[in-house]
Amino acid sequence: MDLSAINPVLLIASLMVAATPILLAALGELVVEKAGVLNLGVEGMMITGAICGFAIAVETGSPVIGFLAAAIGGALLSMLFGILTQYLMSNQVATGLALTLFGLGISSLLGQDYVGVRPPLTGGLFPDALADLPVVGPIIFGHDWMVYVSLGLVAGIWAFLKYSRAGLILRAVGESHDAAHALGYNVIAVRLAAIAFGGACAGLGGAYLSLIRVPQWTEGMTAGAGWIALAIVVFAGWRPWRVLIGAYLFGGVTVLQLNLQAAGVAVSAEYLSMSPYLITILVLVLISAGRGRAALGAPASLGRSFHASH
Amino acid sequence: MISLIQRPEPSRAWSLATPLLAVLVTMIAGGIMFAALGKNPVEAIKVIFYDPILGEFAFYYRGQLLVKAAPLILIAIGLSLGFRAGIWNIGAEGQYIIGAVVGAGLGLAFFPLDAWWIYPLMVFGGALGGFLWAMIPGVLRVAFNTNEILVSLLLVYVAENILASMSTGLLQNPDGQGFPGSRNFRDFPAAYNPELIAGTGMHWGVVAAFIAVIFAYIVLARHILGFQIRLTGEAPRAARFAGVNPTRLVLLCFGISGALAGMAGLFEVSGPAGQISIDFNVGYGFTAIIVAFLGRLHPIGILLAGLLMALTYIGGEAAQAQLGLPAAAIQAFQGMLLFFLLAGDVLTNYRIRFGRAEAA
Repeated sequence: MDLSAINPVLLIASLMVAATPILLAALGELVVEKAGVLNLGVEGMMITGAICGFAIAVETGSPVIGFLAAAIGGALLSMLFGILTQYLMSNQVATGLALTLFGLGISSLLGQDYVGVRPPLTGGLFPDALADLPVVGPIIFGHDWMVYVSLGLVAGIWAFLKYSRAGLILRAVGESHDAAHALGYNVIAVRLAAIAFGGACAGLGGAYLSLIRVPQWTEGMTAGAGWIALAIVVFAGWRPWRVLIGAYLFGGVTVLQLNLQAAGVAVSAEYLSMSPYLITILVLVLISAGRGRAALGAPASLGRSFHASH
Repeated sequence: MISLIQRPEPSRAWSLATPLLAVLVTMIAGGIMFAALGKNPVEAIKVIFYDPILGEFAFYYRGQLLVKAAPLILIAIGLSLGFRAGIWNIGAEGQYIIGAVVGAGLGLAFFPLDAWWIYPLMVFGGALGGFLWAMIPGVLRVAFNTNEILVSLLLVYVAENILASMSTGLLQNPDGQGFPGSRNFRDFPAAYNPELIAGTGMHWGVVAAFIAVIFAYIVLARHILGFQIRLTGEAPRAARFAGVNPTRLVLLCFGISGALAGMAGLFEVSGPAGQISIDFNVGYGFTAIIVAFLGRLHPIGILLAGLLMALTYIGGEAAQAQLGLPAAAIQAFQGMLLFFLLAGDVLTNYRIRFGRAEAA
């Protein structure tokens, strides 16, 4: 065992990469839940995005088009959930689960011909001269452009929810859909837009896994990342910057346990592999202990169906 | 203009008709999917749904039907109790795995002893393992108000890692030349779950599944617990006024569903699967969620839904062998079924009116 082999600078740089898929998916789900909709299908949308992005990137040779396709794929799949829950009033928990089960099936169907294929490389954003600087190079300048997109998205969603009129309407719909409806806002249209955005973000997160983080396509490769994203939204108390903190903390745990495995710590690999899930559960317990939904910051209409009777 | 008018109470007729409608629509949509994959859709549907029951080689497939249906029914019965009360245990796959590991471990500890009590002990161990694993999200929910959906699901991944560790460590076959996986229960008669009637697929798990169906039926229809479960699901506020103890209900629902899932895992691992191996679990814990909903959370419905879902597994395997249909197609097919079912439920709860919505 050699713990000195773990380089803290590389650790931070790689935790950012490890956290990005979950960050993207959690940001999307944050917007969905802020609109009062609980979509438990994140895992299904992520894995669908993973294969859509992977397949299109391989076929076109362009990761950018791949990521676009992943966002479209995730959004299309989320529209299934949207139509069912918004127009056909189906139970959101059950429909979200259905979305996950269906997404896992359809993705392995689509991905059959892509097992073992190598995707095109995604480039960095900054020139090598900056990325090669000591310490700040790998951490700040050394990443692929999607990492910066995800960080921009955090700021963008925060500003959108806090300062824009549209963000205010979205929050109103999530807090009290009856009041929003009475004020003349189209509750269902707002929610459908939020669900599509959530699907697109989950798709991007999935594609980040298959195109950059792994980078390869394997069945069921999201391995619970979608569920962890859902947990991080709760952990964050529905606030964008805290989603960033939560995702990076989780990324840190993941990378650390991988590093410990590589360093040959005397704990078996399986027990280290389960640690991110256990820590997520532990954090959920600490966050929710002794507090109700409102005190956690959950939108008041979260998970409730809206049916305008007049 | 089409508008939906909420029914004063859910329509019984539609509630029974939507599962059938959903199956029919799924067959059509599935046929389109199979056609898109370049297979003859009529042929594929026939291979999946008709041949295993009435086709030339049905004698082989019919036995498999009960083998595959038993764990699905056993798990779904447990889940349906909680789902009715709005208590979401979606980590049955994890409870299934842990039940199998605990039960199999207990049995293997006595290898090669030949005693009648070994198998009952293993079944008890399976139930206990699943029960305890399900108690984690249950207790966290009642003690710390932690979201049980996320915790129960995340524990599936933990359970999968424990399974991987067990099948390459503690429970690995000492005479297995280093291959991962435990001893095969076929070589350990006192702990083996055999076919009870040759050719039927009937094993102890099937017996347990039938008992669970009857048990659940009585509990829901005749017992105070069933009344409390239904009341909590349909009118949570009324349930509180009626003195239903929500803590007790959460723990009971998690406990029962966990124990049943754990038993299902033990029956599977000691019989059809034969040994603890890294991937002996094939997702029954998740498919059982579909079975529970397709069966309208009703014991008899779940029995029928479990058989139907078992048929898609068997037919799917046959279609894989005969038509080269990918295994994942069946998974997508099952997911589709749940979608159409949930979509169809709008007819149970709402009337559709064509024409202008009248002004209120």
